[in-house]
Amino acid sequence: MDGTSCYDTLILARSRKPEFAGIVENATATAQGNNPMCGDRVKLSLRATDKGVAGIRHETRGCAICQASADLMAEAVTGQSVAAALELGRQFTDMLETPSAMDSAVERGNLPAGLLAFQPLRTHRSRLRCATLPWTALGEALA
Amino acid sequence: MNISEIRSQFPILSQKVHGKPLVFLDSAASAQKPDVVIDSMANMMRSEYANIHRGLHWMSERATEAYEVARSRVASFLGAASREEIVFTRNSTEAINLVAYTYGSLLKPGQVVLISEMEHHANLVPWQMLRDRTGIELRVTPITDDGDLDLDAYGQHLSDGKVALVAITHMSNVLGTITPAERLVAMAHDAGAKILLDGSQAVVHRKTDVQKLGADFYTFTGHKLYGPTGIGVLWARRELLDAMPPFMGGGDMISSVTFEKSVWAPVPAKFEAGTPAIVEAVGLGTAIDWVESIGYEAIGAHEAALTAHALRVLPDVPGLSIVGAPRERGGVISFTMEDVHPHDIATLLDRNGIAVRAGHHCAEPLMHRLGLTATARASFGIYTTEDEIDVLAETLKRIRQFFV
Repeated sequence: MDGTSCYDTLILARSRKPEFAGIVENATATAQGNNPMCGDRVKLSLRATDKGVAGIRHETRGCAICQASADLMAEAVTGQSVAAALELGRQFTDMLETPSAMDSAVERGNLPAGLLAFQPLRTHRSRLRCATLPWTALGEALA
Repeated sequence: MNISEIRSQFPILSQKVHGKPLVFLDSAASAQKPDVVIDSMANMMRSEYANIHRGLHWMSERATEAYEVARSRVASFLGAASREEIVFTRNSTEAINLVAYTYGSLLKPGQVVLISEMEHHANLVPWQMLRDRTGIELRVTPITDDGDLDLDAYGQHLSDGKVALVAITHMSNVLGTITPAERLVAMAHDAGAKILLDGSQAVVHRKTDVQKLGADFYTFTGHKLYGPTGIGVLWARRELLDAMPPFMGGGDMISSVTFEKSVWAPVPAKFEAGTPAIVEAVGLGTAIDWVESIGYEAIGAHEAALTAHALRVLPDVPGLSIVGAPRERGGVISFTMEDVHPHDIATLLDRNGIAVRAGHHCAEPLMHRLGLTATARASFGIYTTEDEIDVLAETLKRIRQFFV
């Protein structure tokens, strides 16, 4: 099958079998991200303490990219301080949205493998929003 | 009808996409353009372009002539009683908004505009805006699970005599349903209502005669009819256009202006404020000539064969469900695949050279009615071949294997 490069095995695996799906107990914040173009929806619930993100779960209705992104985001930010979680979101979005020609300007310093798996999506401009939607919701939940 | 000869007239169809031959199955969103349309627009800009209805000079007269000839072509294409009944707009959306603003302003609070569950946002949102401005009531008549209009329910909505205007699609952009327009018109008129038909999809697939249909308003857009973007058409009965106030104010829509007041130009100029899409109107006229030179009989037979073929081969794809089973369907087929999101389908089809649309197709309430958030949609044009549909079906099988 041609053109499957944006579906890393990790992305496929998490879209089929998410590890962070559901609702977190004792949530301190919730937020929802909607993509009106396709009807994708990410509902986040998270429990924050003064140390940061203690727990986070998502209920995602959407494509494989969006499902996997929500799940791998939840994995990446669990245990992070609020500032570090937001910084991951900034780097992730930057990595996807920066034109390839300016690639050298992109910092990927803190991005774990689970987020780097989305890099091939950069050549699918119309699908970027699928990956960044959960992060928009996270930004709202942490605001 | 010789498909390979027709295809050779569309330069874009020989393109490769991601190294694969382009299989363009998104004509319901916008159709590709034949050389004659491209050339007629380029030639006009090269050799006979100026603003219209203004200059006394040769170029302006030539351009005015070309623009007005395009209007006449549209009038005969739709079977209008006169060329003055043809108003050029930007697209169908603007045509419907024009009616909602102008005819809509003549409606009284409590009167009803009746639309259906399968309308494109273009034939829904303008009426919601009218409702919120003026206090009319907006009613929605249901469809059956097969995707046909429920005519009993339609009759019930009409029965209290409050419906002033029905606004319904002539062919659904999602389900492909061709609505029983003559019947809808007759029932609307029996209830004392006027009726607008959104012909954006329908005019591409079948001969339309607005007088035979008996409709009051009819709209369509150029870019789905192998013409350019930026040009659409509103047809309405002359007496309705005469009674309607203008839409936008500006040049060309007045017969005299003082600082105190203006007097409107006669129709259709009253509704065409400002410099219109001159080149695009000429391109639309050429597209209509081209479509008519092939003929709706041949087009209809070709598309019916394609649709039947697609309805035969697509259900062989594991997990695939076709959305709706209307009694009469044009060349538009929406489908879903179990455990694979329409956007993932569309991305992988694209990477294999196949263009389809995925999403809610500007018909969110219909998606909700069908219990779906999105579908993938394959739509066919004059240039579509059965081989392309086979390529679609085979690629869908591989996509299914990849994801499941």
